[in-house]
Amino acid sequence: MICYNAESYDIAVIGGGHAGIEAALAGARMGCSTVMFTVTADWIGNMPCNPSIGGTAKGHLVRELDALGGEMGKAADKNTIQSRMLNRGKGPAVHSLRAQIDRRNYSSYMKHAVELQEGLDVKQAEVVSIEKENDFWIVTTKLGARYSVKAAILATGTFLSGKIYVGEVNYNSGPDGLAPSMDLTESLKKLGLPLRRFKTGTPARVDRRSIDFSMLEIQHGDEEITPFSFSSNPEDIDNSGVCYIAYTNGYTEQVIRENLDRSPLYSGDIEGVGPRYCPSIEDKIVRFADKPRHLLFIEPCGKDTEEVYLQGMSSSLPEEVQIKFYRTIKGLENVKIIRNAYAIEYDCIDPLALTYTLEIKGHDGLYGAGQFNGSSGYEEAAVQGFAAGVNAALKIQGKEPLVLSRTESYIGTLIDDLVTKGCSDPYRMMTSRSEYRLLLRQDNADERMMPIGRRLGLIDDKKWKAFLKRKEQKELEIARLKETTIAPSDSLNEYLISKETAPMTTGMRLADLIKRPQLTYDGLAPFDKERPELTIDVREKIETEIKYEGYISRQKSAVDEMLRLERKRIPDNIDYNAVGSLRLEAVEKLSKVRPENIGQASRISGVSPADISVLLIYLEKNKTENKDD
Amino acid sequence: MSERTIAAIATPLGEASIGVIRISGEDAFIIADKIFKGVSGKKIAEIDGYTALFGEVQNDDGRIDEAVALKFVSPKSYTGENVVEISVHGGTLMVKETLRAVLKSGAVLAAPGEFTKRAFLNGKLDLVKAESVMGLIKARSLSELKISRSVHGGATSKQLEAIEKNIVSAAASIAAYCDYPEEDLGEINEDTFIKELTAVSNSLKKMLNEYDAGKILREGIETVIIGRPNVGKSTLMNLLSGQTRSIVTDVAGTTRDIIEDTVMLGDVPLNLADTAGIRESADVVEKVGVDLARQKLSNSQLVLAVFDASDKPSRKDIELLEECKDKPLIVILNKCDKNCKYTEAFSKDIETVKMSAKSGEGIEALRDAVARVTRTEQLSPDSAILVSERQRQLAENALVSIDEAIYGIKSGVTPDAVGVCVDQALNSLYELTGKRVTETVTEEIFSKFCVGK
Repeated sequence: MICYNAESYDIAVIGGGHAGIEAALAGARMGCSTVMFTVTADWIGNMPCNPSIGGTAKGHLVRELDALGGEMGKAADKNTIQSRMLNRGKGPAVHSLRAQIDRRNYSSYMKHAVELQEGLDVKQAEVVSIEKENDFWIVTTKLGARYSVKAAILATGTFLSGKIYVGEVNYNSGPDGLAPSMDLTESLKKLGLPLRRFKTGTPARVDRRSIDFSMLEIQHGDEEITPFSFSSNPEDIDNSGVCYIAYTNGYTEQVIRENLDRSPLYSGDIEGVGPRYCPSIEDKIVRFADKPRHLLFIEPCGKDTEEVYLQGMSSSLPEEVQIKFYRTIKGLENVKIIRNAYAIEYDCIDPLALTYTLEIKGHDGLYGAGQFNGSSGYEEAAVQGFAAGVNAALKIQGKEPLVLSRTESYIGTLIDDLVTKGCSDPYRMMTSRSEYRLLLRQDNADERMMPIGRRLGLIDDKKWKAFLKRKEQKELEIARLKETTIAPSDSLNEYLISKETAPMTTGMRLADLIKRPQLTYDGLAPFDKERPELTIDVREKIETEIKYEGYISRQKSAVDEMLRLERKRIPDNIDYNAVGSLRLEAVEKLSKVRPENIGQASRISGVSPADISVLLIYLEKNKTENKDD
Repeated sequence: MSERTIAAIATPLGEASIGVIRISGEDAFIIADKIFKGVSGKKIAEIDGYTALFGEVQNDDGRIDEAVALKFVSPKSYTGENVVEISVHGGTLMVKETLRAVLKSGAVLAAPGEFTKRAFLNGKLDLVKAESVMGLIKARSLSELKISRSVHGGATSKQLEAIEKNIVSAAASIAAYCDYPEEDLGEINEDTFIKELTAVSNSLKKMLNEYDAGKILREGIETVIIGRPNVGKSTLMNLLSGQTRSIVTDVAGTTRDIIEDTVMLGDVPLNLADTAGIRESADVVEKVGVDLARQKLSNSQLVLAVFDASDKPSRKDIELLEECKDKPLIVILNKCDKNCKYTEAFSKDIETVKMSAKSGEGIEALRDAVARVTRTEQLSPDSAILVSERQRQLAENALVSIDEAIYGIKSGVTPDAVGVCVDQALNSLYELTGKRVTETVTEEIFSKFCVGK
């Protein structure tokens, strides 16, 4: 191939999906000259799977990303067609925002956002190799352009050696019929990166007009909605879209069971490991054999399309089987498929090879983000893209890296899980992955993350001032509620009895009343005359912080406890082979992960508490010996 | 980190058919070869692990005894180090001579519990087991051996695992309910949930209740003998300790200072204090003794109040009982061999034993009464027992969290907060069983096993 030397940049981002976009925007916004490569410029920020953003824990990620200065939240708000807060009634820790998105409009928005970003160039090109020359990474495209960059971020998604499976048929392809990236793998292998193969899947998109919605349960958006972005106005958000709920039945199961042998998963064609927490319908039927039915959601793909998405029904069975089993579902008897369901297999890296900044160990300036790092989901990808972009920029600028802790964010939890525990299947975020759920709520993502975003220079004055105002309002009101005593009255006691809670005999502080599980801050408004006018997000925060005060303070002490272990540092140069009596598996895992402290070491799977004892003792002895020297 | 090779006698001294000397450490094979000559001429260092050699142990003066040497290779041994176990004929002399020879050949005498400490440090034992074995080493009575074995053999671990499993199941149902709102999982069944957690709460309560009894068996119970002068307190003390410790005379007020001893009564070690008879006295020395007795009384955990059954209880006697009413108490009606007139004089609610300290009659009744009052009789050898204050505290923490979760569910607290309590209970248990590392655990390691010092 005849090559030519193209431009030089600080940062090159390979991939224009959800990780690539955030990486490129963050890099450029931090002042680094950045180039973003995408195979198809028409589909920057594509949603090749569900036409929605958010969901349990994922909604938290988007809120945190927005508070740090990312783009996803704003883009989602602008292109929402239905917004819902999941898990209302299950408690504020697990309230999760989820929105149906017009996928074409979302993609257009993102395409324009990267185009408009100062300091960022977008290029449609397939990157075929990446290699180190002196202190620079040389990124070469299929047409022979050689870009010299200080840092490169791999955000290849499912494109890297992508292969689609539909029953017995399989072929090289990216998602949604887009071209795969077939050559880059070779070059990454040459670098010695520990690559592996994962797979994921997506259900069919079908023609809305072929569904009998009269048979189905309708689902509207919430009446009062919360946007993803702290700078969006809820009134500007379109919430007119509707979804429908349908169920599989015994016939669905029968069709699938009869054709299991035609699934590439069970025939052994697919070697990639699929996502445990987002299984295909055939997987669900086999694994949860006792469940008589499975739920599916019928979701709009956009406002100006008849395509609807069948959430919960991904499959890699042959097309004819797909038609057959989709048609067993009540309301879908005559369904017409526009795009069939498929499984896609792709190359990714073992995330244990990454550091906390998402840099690849032993490859200075080379970063990974998104599905390349073994995760699944747009939101998981976006936050990693952001972290990699920011860290690449900070490194180039000679500044301290950004490492978010699992005690302060889901983003930190996700990265810590990936780089410490690794993953054996595509990693999906869940609220249960955080030990500090009541602290890491979606409603206080701004309090947790915005000061960090501000320090990075990614939060403008307007957003920052609005945040400070909300925070002050909240603090003043909580203080007032704790100080103000309310006297018992007939009307109040009548209200209390109607809420099935004890009437008052003496005066009580408002805060103590709000603490009762049966009562809410808003519900007590008529009895609290001096209350200031506040927006719903501030009101919710106030109620949560009062109601859950005891639990919150307990989680705070758990955080302190964890931080104490994090402070026990492990020297960089430790040779685990020299630590006598560590089990072999522990030596291997510790040598691979190279944890920075005892806290991190204790979270590595395959390292037992007994190993930690051995390690602690070794460190203690060495410390004493060194002192003796 | 190479530790010195240690050795110690691993079997109880005394008349026994064999005695075992255990050598552990990097040089175990070399050291053993210096004193052990196999009949086949093979060296311990040369043979495969987990095989035995027959031969004799020798010192500079020649043969000590016939012996069998068993070889364990690191890391597959009790301590995780190279280990040789040499079995010689039982009897103090042979065993001690052999140990002496081993020590002369380069091993150092193991400190109490050092084999276990090394096993723990080498990752062969978890903290709970290590703690229990340390308890076993300090064992003063057979019962403690029973307890430690029950822990070591797994009764406690099994019970804790069962509790853990129930909590995990509760935590998982909350997590699934919260993380998969789109999976048609249905509501959490509150009744089942409460039932599961209540079972957990009860198991924890039982373990905690037995902790005190277990601790009594392990460490003994502070027991004070009180009574008016000359009712036979010292005779009782002497009966219990099986020797004449207190001076027994017929002169009231003979015992003026406090005589202490630890005696075994049945399974229970009593840390006994015989006190001066409590009476108002003009004698300065005796007065000091009486004050000491009162002080001892206030610090005690079990009171044996002795009365002369041949004498009518006086107002003083009743007052004395009044002083001990908050303590576990046994009334002993002594001198029942003489003229046992007033056996019905005390409330039926008080544990009362009729006996003769002089003849020993009624000592079984006293033993049973002590077991009842200290609640040690409930302890079966397969009870799950917490052996340290650390474990007790963590079990207590788990219990508090579980009870809070139950209360939360009942009073309508949202599942996320209930989940916090359940998680916390689980963490306490994980910490107890050593499955979770916390700073407290690491501190414990350093304090308990004196590492790095």
